[in-house]
Amino acid sequence: MSFLNKVLAIVWKDVVAELRTREMFSSMLVFSLLVIVIFNFSFELRVENIAQVAPGVLWVTFVFAGTLELNRSLALEMENDCLDGLFLAPMDRSAIYFGKMLGNLIFISAIEALMLPIFSVVFDLNLILPSLLLTIFLGTIGFAAVGTLLSAIAVNTRAREVMLPVLLFPILLPVVISVTKVTGGILDGVPLGDLAHWLRFLVAFDIIFLVVSFMTFDFVVQG
Amino acid sequence: MIQVQGLVKSFGHTYVLRDVDLEVTQGQFLTIVGPNGAGKTTLLRILATLLRPTSGLVRIAGLDMASRSAEIRRRIGFVSHQSLTYAKLTVEENLVFYGRIYDVPAVKERVDTLLNLVGLEARRRDATRTLSRGMQQRLSIARAMIHQPSLLLLDEPYTGLDQQAAEMLRHLLQAITTESCTVVMTTHNLQRALELCHTVAILTRGRIVHEAENTSLTLDDFRQAYWHYVGNRSPR
Amino acid sequence: MSRSFRIEDLLNWLSALSIMVALYLVFVYAPTEATMGDVQRIFYFHVSSAWVGFFAFFVTLVAGIAYLRGGNRDWDLVALSSVEVGITFTAMAVITGSIWAKATWNAWWPWQQEPRLVLVTMLLLLYLAYLMLRAFIDGEEQKARFAAVYGIVAFVSVPFTFMSVRWWQRLHPVVFEREGIHLAPAMLATFLFCLLAFTILYFTLLLHRSRLGKLEDQAAGLKERLQTGEGG
Repeated sequence: MSFLNKVLAIVWKDVVAELRTREMFSSMLVFSLLVIVIFNFSFELRVENIAQVAPGVLWVTFVFAGTLELNRSLALEMENDCLDGLFLAPMDRSAIYFGKMLGNLIFISAIEALMLPIFSVVFDLNLILPSLLLTIFLGTIGFAAVGTLLSAIAVNTRAREVMLPVLLFPILLPVVISVTKVTGGILDGVPLGDLAHWLRFLVAFDIIFLVVSFMTFDFVVQG
Repeated sequence: MIQVQGLVKSFGHTYVLRDVDLEVTQGQFLTIVGPNGAGKTTLLRILATLLRPTSGLVRIAGLDMASRSAEIRRRIGFVSHQSLTYAKLTVEENLVFYGRIYDVPAVKERVDTLLNLVGLEARRRDATRTLSRGMQQRLSIARAMIHQPSLLLLDEPYTGLDQQAAEMLRHLLQAITTESCTVVMTTHNLQRALELCHTVAILTRGRIVHEAENTSLTLDDFRQAYWHYVGNRSPR
Repeated sequence: MSRSFRIEDLLNWLSALSIMVALYLVFVYAPTEATMGDVQRIFYFHVSSAWVGFFAFFVTLVAGIAYLRGGNRDWDLVALSSVEVGITFTAMAVITGSIWAKATWNAWWPWQQEPRLVLVTMLLLLYLAYLMLRAFIDGEEQKARFAAVYGIVAFVSVPFTFMSVRWWQRLHPVVFEREGIHLAPAMLATFLFCLLAFTILYFTLLLHRSRLGKLEDQAAGLKERLQTGEGG
């Protein structure tokens, strides 16, 4: 249970730090709102094609806000060399991975939870559906799983803010496709049975990338 | 406590440490002095298990670093140039966090003890970014000692401290060393070097070129020895 | 030393020969396709390039894993060389694919009808990301390590991308599709030989590029030693 304690300690630390200043949360929120506004004017979202565009706009917003969060999360560890502090501790490096990953998952999910009602109002669509929430959550897990690993890589490069999207987005394409397909399907009233394969696909993606990420994380953080 | 034999560290084709041999017995206080670029930080980081040697043998508390570094980490504390503390968390929260990842039993009590030891009890609820450099250094030491390590590594701890803060640090280190803790400290301030240590060594260009017992050493003698070994570089 | 020269020479001759034969087969031997005409011949090059693009990525994966296990710089060189060779073939696949698409559907980039074009482009993006990552990291060891990890993650994502892009326009997806290979025997033979020729070419280029990388490494080492020798 010592392993779990350490993972939870890392999550606790990230949550406390964020609750104190709410910097990351507020910047993600503002950013997401800006994205909606820009999309609204760029695509001239009229009532007729709203339902078609909504899934895409939703997920693009989440991906961009999520990238912001990933960068901030690791930036927290880079300040004062805190990452060294984690390496000095007698714990498995994978505990660092799971701790950061869970923290990322919590924060991104929190922003999504906040944005969904807002999206519902802006698009005049009901987005608070259990099936939709499940899909988005599955997609977010995949995002956090790979994103945590890749942000650990990106943070060591010269152009870290640019590097993360470059590395992350091509890998996430399957998730983007799946989530938007299911979201679009649900909004169109397609029976869930017909969309089940996409959900299975997402689960497979999540599991495989969780495993690959945690296995290779050690190589990224070794000295 | 520490055994280093033939330690070599290179980054690509650049050699920072070339064949370092070192022995530190339990309870000993060793200060390593040397000019910038000598390899002091690299040596300390290797001892702290943050860097891997390119070749050579490193043993701490009888444990071989190549195979048992996790167990070694339980026994060492490292005070780096950076504070390794989270700016947004309070003094207390930082220590509680480290206590938890070091599996310290009765974390709250231990944190109280340490806050008293380093004199930060009054600031426990303040965010660390509001602390002065001297206080951050003391917090850093508390952090390094949260798990009662048998070896304390300090990388140029006096850097950036004013007279008063430096004096406080010296008192603190003195109090710690009586706790039968082995200490290895690096500095480039020769006077500070001789204040507390049992042994002093000179590291220059990746090699330990001189070691001396501190019992009969005067500052002037040591200064001469230092410039003899280091001196053919342009003086700072 | 003389033995390794023979391998290089052998591969050089083999690829030159097989490419010439392939060209003959594609342009002379293979019959003209009924509906599309001569433009169809680009199909042979397109698929062969795409095949090499994917195979090269697989080699990068294997080399990356080998590097992480042993720390042997040679594996990193193979990985990098494979990416550089692979990206060239993939770029060719994208271009030829676009021409093929224009000929078949009268559009340079038909998203719906030709998801495979999207897939090959994604591969190109992954390659570019790999190279960009290497370019933006200082320190050889870190560069090799991170690139190896990214190579693994990127390759694992390829089957997922493949499946999701394929299912994109369909309501009832099938994991394995019957590829209706309605090719005349002559065309099939040409097609297979092209694959072979391109694969040989890939290995030749890989060997050359790896060798070059090794020499560059040695030169850098000598330079460093000279500099520190003078200064120290």
